Order: sequence, then C-alpha cells, then structure tokens
Amino acid sequence: MKWNSETIVRQVLTVIAFSSIAGLLLIALFILKEGLPFILKIGPQAFLLNSNWDPANGHYGIYPMIVASIWITLGAMLVGAPLGVAGAIFLNEFVPKPAMRVIKPTLELLAGIPSVVFGFIGVMVLAPLIRAYLGGPGLSLLAGALILGIMILPTVISISTDAIAAVPASYREGALALGATRWQAVHMVILKAARSGILASIILAMGRAVGETMAVIMVAGNAVKIPHGPLDSVRTLTANIALEMGYATGLHRQALFATGVVLFIFIMILNSLAGLVLRKKVRRS
Amino acid sequence: MTASTQTKVDVQAFNLHYGAFHALKNISIKFVDRKITALIGPSGCGKSTLLRCLNRMNDLIPTVRTEGRILLDGRNIYGSDIDVCDLRKKVGMVFQRPNPFPLSVRDNVSFGLRVAGQSDPAQVDAVVERSLRAAWLWDALSDKLDEPALELPLDQQQRLCVARLLAIEPEVILMDEPCSALDPIATSRIEELMLDLRRQYTIVIVTHNMQQAARISDFSGYMLLGDLIEYDVTKTLFTSPRDPRTQDYISGRYG
Repeated sequence: MKWNSETIVRQVLTVIAFSSIAGLLLIALFILKEGLPFILKIGPQAFLLNSNWDPANGHYGIYPMIVASIWITLGAMLVGAPLGVAGAIFLNEFVPKPAMRVIKPTLELLAGIPSVVFGFIGVMVLAPLIRAYLGGPGLSLLAGALILGIMILPTVISISTDAIAAVPASYREGALALGATRWQAVHMVILKAARSGILASIILAMGRAVGETMAVIMVAGNAVKIPHGPLDSVRTLTANIALEMGYATGLHRQALFATGVVLFIFIMILNSLAGLVLRKKVRRS
Repeated sequence: MTASTQTKVDVQAFNLHYGAFHALKNISIKFVDRKITALIGPSGCGKSTLLRCLNRMNDLIPTVRTEGRILLDGRNIYGSDIDVCDLRKKVGMVFQRPNPFPLSVRDNVSFGLRVAGQSDPAQVDAVVERSLRAAWLWDALSDKLDEPALELPLDQQQRLCVARLLAIEPEVILMDEPCSALDPIATSRIEELMLDLRRQYTIVIVTHNMQQAARISDFSGYMLLGDLIEYDVTKTLFTSPRDPRTQDYISGRYG
C-alpha cells in the first residue's frame, strides 16, 4: 500500500515537473513558429538592419529598436553595475553583521517593487528633472537607463554579495596579516577571488535590463528612431512588442513575434554567458 | 634562561576576554630575539589567542576586550599611537592552513610590496627571487612564477606563505600550527626552514605536536585554560618541569 502511494506521488510530481518544462518549450516553439517564417520571408537583413519601421506601409526594419535596446542596457549597466558592486562590497566588508540583517532583506524587498512603480517614479520625478536641467523631452534614453540601472541593483547586489561572502575568510586574514588595509584586502584579493560571481551577477542583470518592458515604455518616450544622444526619445524591442501587439494583425503581428525571437536570442546569449562564467569558477575551485 | 638573551616581545600582565569568556588570564611572557619559542597546550588553552594578540589579529573579532601591555622593542603595540598595518608588517603570521591568494606565485610573493605601494618591476623581481630562495622555493618555482599559487602542492603553498611574509622583511614571525595540514616529510622541510630562519627572525610557534616543540624550539611555554603554567628553556621544560600539570601534559597523561 505504502509502495503504491509512493509511486503515485512520484508520478504526479513527474507529470507536473515535465508540464512546466513543456510549457517553456511550447512558448519558445510558439514564438519561433510565428516569428521565424516572417524573418525568412522578408530576409534577416531587411528585418534587422533596416531603420524604417512603418507597418502600415509594409516596412518592418527594427534596427532603431535594436540600437535603443543595446544603448539603454549599456546605460543601465553603467549606472547599476558600479553601484551594485560597490554596495555588495560595502555590505560584506564594512557593515556590522546586525545591521546586515536589516539591510539585506530591505534590498531584497526592492526587487519586489513592481516595475510599473519604477516607471511611475521615472515619469513623475526623473523625466521632469532631465527636461529642466539637461533639456530634450525628458522621456529619454537617459531616463530609461537610469531607471533600469536602479531596477537591476537588487540582482547585482544580492548575487555579488553571495559571491564575496563565499570568498574564504583565510584570504582576508592573510591579506590583513601582511599589513594590508581593509580596502587593499578587498581590491587586491577578495574582488579577484569573487570575480566570476560578480561578473555573472552583471550578466544576469543585463538579461533583466534587456527584457524589462513596463518601466521602459513609461520613461523612454517610445519614438522609433535611432538615438543621436542620451536625451533622445527611444523605443526598445520590448516596448515595440508591448505597444503594438494589441492592434497588430497579419504581417505586422508576425513582425512583432519576430521581434520577440530577436529578444529571445539576446537573452539566451546573456544567460549562457552567465552560466559559462559560473561554471568556469566551479571548475577552478 | 641565560642573561645574554635579549627580549624582543614582552607580554606584561595581559588579559583577553571574548565577551564574557576570560580567554587569557594575566599572561606575562618574554619572547627572546632570534630564538624559536613554542607555545604548547591542549586545544582551547589560549595559545593561538595569545599568538594572535602579538600582531593584533584578534582586533578583527568584535567582542574582544584586552587589558595589559605587549611591548615590541619596548613599545606598547596596544598603545594609541600604533598603526596596526605597520605593526603587522613587523610581526608577520603564517596560518594553520596554507592560505596563498588566488593569484600567481609572483603576485603572492610581491603582495606585501604592492600593499606598500612598491611597483618597480626590477625591484619586485629581485624581492620575489630573494624571498623564494629564503623559503627554499626558488629551485622548484623559478620557472612557475606566473602559475596560479593554488595549484601548488600543500607544503609548497605553506612555504610560499612564508616567502610572502619574508618579502616584507618582518622582525617577528608568528606560526599558528604551520604543519598541521602537512604530511611528515613536508613537516620536516618546514621545520628545517624555521631553524634556518631563526638566524634572522624571532619566531613564535603554536603547536599541538610536542615532539615538534622539543625538536625545534629554544624556549617553550605550556598553557592551560588561559593560564601560562610554565615557561622555560625547552630542554628544561621537557626533562624536568617544575609544575606537575606540565609533567602530566608532556608525559601524555593529559591533553
């Protein structure tokens, strides 16, 4: 009897586990099935490298969106990576343990703030400030990069913090015993030992930044054009899909799925890079 | 103890508390210049704690409180005018488990120089070679300077930690059970190295291994439950201890 119930539970769990994997696979297949024929039909070059996005007249070039996504992600990394890594170093090395017990959960709470709230703050606070002090429309590449940079902080901080905390205490002791200051111990030994974990945190955060949609729609302005400066309004790949899917039909609809395929490839590349970096670390230690 | 010996480190009525735990009780001991002093005793007796007071590594533990003085060449290292980083450059430490940094052999040895802001490549190379020779590693590692230190065998790692220390020209070398992770052959190599280093450095070693203490040290201190029970010339302490508790420990009846 016991053997029977054991088997049933195991089989039920197997089915559930496989159905979630199957769900993922089906989504991937669905996007590819809808998007790939379109790319093959109008040609990858016309789709990826043409700057004219005018679905009403049959022009489907997503080059401006690719450029916008890349710039906004790089901008976000420029903001988020140094802040996040600095935050992780500070939390590990310079904050007393009891304070850490308050600060770490608070940071993790930051990860739970809905992206629409970040967008809201961007629209109400950041964009007017940029408009007033730097010029341009305010809703811009810069606003998007700043908001995204803050949104990825929890990812960078929590994974980097774990990587730094995993550095053996003996390295720190060894450095201090040779007369190093705490900061010298950090940048000469600890950061080197935690390098791959920190790099992985940054790559994973890039994946988040590329895929973020709502906050970007709200603050980046969404004009389909190649940006000439950080104050220009831009539309990212994700924003393009979200903004037009509601009313798109026929080829236009397929073009949006194809945009999804491009995003999918972007994020897969970033995730496998992160995996590669982490695996390398495991092999070395 | 002969009168001609000169005191390098003078511990005077020193107490240490971990929170409510009284770990070192009114310790007074003089470490003699260019001699090897061994601290022996059962686990938890405070010998490592005492060792870590000599370069103030215990400062890293937030609940530690100390009273009393430790004089290095007559100057109190717990005084307010002491720069702890400078102190640790003078009083270096080799740890129980070899802990080379995850860097190349060269970068490990030159670490102390880089900490001090010294980066002239010719000078760094000279110091790296001199230090590796002094730790008897040059022949084995002269063509492996750019390889990762963590891939060396354990006893070479431990001697690399000694080389890394010699590079900053300390005056006192503290060794916290430096051979406990090593096999007997590697242990004898480290011991020979220590006897060689004694010509230039004051060495304090904590060890569980009484044979080791008897083999290499000039002076020995026996500690028990935070007290220094007996301190004497090693030969005297091992052959005719004054305190019955020391007698029990070295004859294997305790610990």
